[in-house]
Amino acid sequence: MSVQLFFFYTFAVITLGAAAAVVSVRNPVHAALFLVLTFFSTACTWLLADAEFLAVALVLVYVGAVMVLFLFVVMMLDIDIAPLREGFVRALPVGLIVAVIMLVEMLSLIGVRSMEAVQSVDPALAAGMSNTEWLAMTLFSRFLLPFEVAALILTVAIIAAIPLALRPRLGVKSQSVPRQVNVDPRQRLRIVKMRSEAPVRGQSTEAKLGEGLEP
Amino acid sequence: MITLAHYLTFSAVLLCIAVAGIFINRKNVIVLLMALELLLLAVNTNFIAFSRFLGNPDGQVFVFFILAVAAAEAAIGLAILLVLFRNRATINVGEIDSLKG
Repeated sequence: MSVQLFFFYTFAVITLGAAAAVVSVRNPVHAALFLVLTFFSTACTWLLADAEFLAVALVLVYVGAVMVLFLFVVMMLDIDIAPLREGFVRALPVGLIVAVIMLVEMLSLIGVRSMEAVQSVDPALAAGMSNTEWLAMTLFSRFLLPFEVAALILTVAIIAAIPLALRPRLGVKSQSVPRQVNVDPRQRLRIVKMRSEAPVRGQSTEAKLGEGLEP
Repeated sequence: MITLAHYLTFSAVLLCIAVAGIFINRKNVIVLLMALELLLLAVNTNFIAFSRFLGNPDGQVFVFFILAVAAAEAAIGLAILLVLFRNRATINVGEIDSLKG
């Protein structure tokens, strides 16, 4: 067994164990953390397939952003787990039967004998480029329009998520910006005219202070 | 050496775990969303393996797009989940049956 194969099996076993834990643990926070482990070790197997750019993107996008979003939502919602777990044991045999049948079908399609095939060379290295360059040559030539559509979809998703999650809060003392902008200066400041006067000898200036003001 | 069949087997097992997770967690929307992410991960692994062993970059480009759309889906899905919990105070799929005739 080569070193690569050994690490592939290690990462695959960690991934599958963590994935099984995601769908079976009781606490949604633990499920989210196991999902992080699943994504991370899958990124390791992608690295073994020489897909460096996508492995790093998976860690950045999923572990960095989506999983934080999941954890944020799980912790924000005050969930009573007990009613969500009912039917778990009842649905377990059906789920297992369906999953095992699917697995057997797919494995028979893949075929065990094809495991003996030799590994090809890395196509990016064969073209004399890094994986990122190899990917970008295709992405920014033939797939330029889909790339921009993907950017548009992300923008729409960001804008759509904000009004969905936004809630008008009543009874909160907040500033009204239009009223602040439209305010008339004369409502805020009153300019009074007063005569200038010289200090009178023999009297304290404090006593005379209020007399110059006109009502 | 690692072959295409290793990756295909790996992602097949991952896909089956996710499908079983959808079956046994039918009540909990959050775990359903997580199982969906696992399904997408299995598909992405297939794409990457085929791209690597057939020498065609298109598969990796599609993984790129799937990652982008899945991130958008997770953001919108969780926002909808938040609104749902705020209005109904539950995320139990069994109790969300207002449209039932």
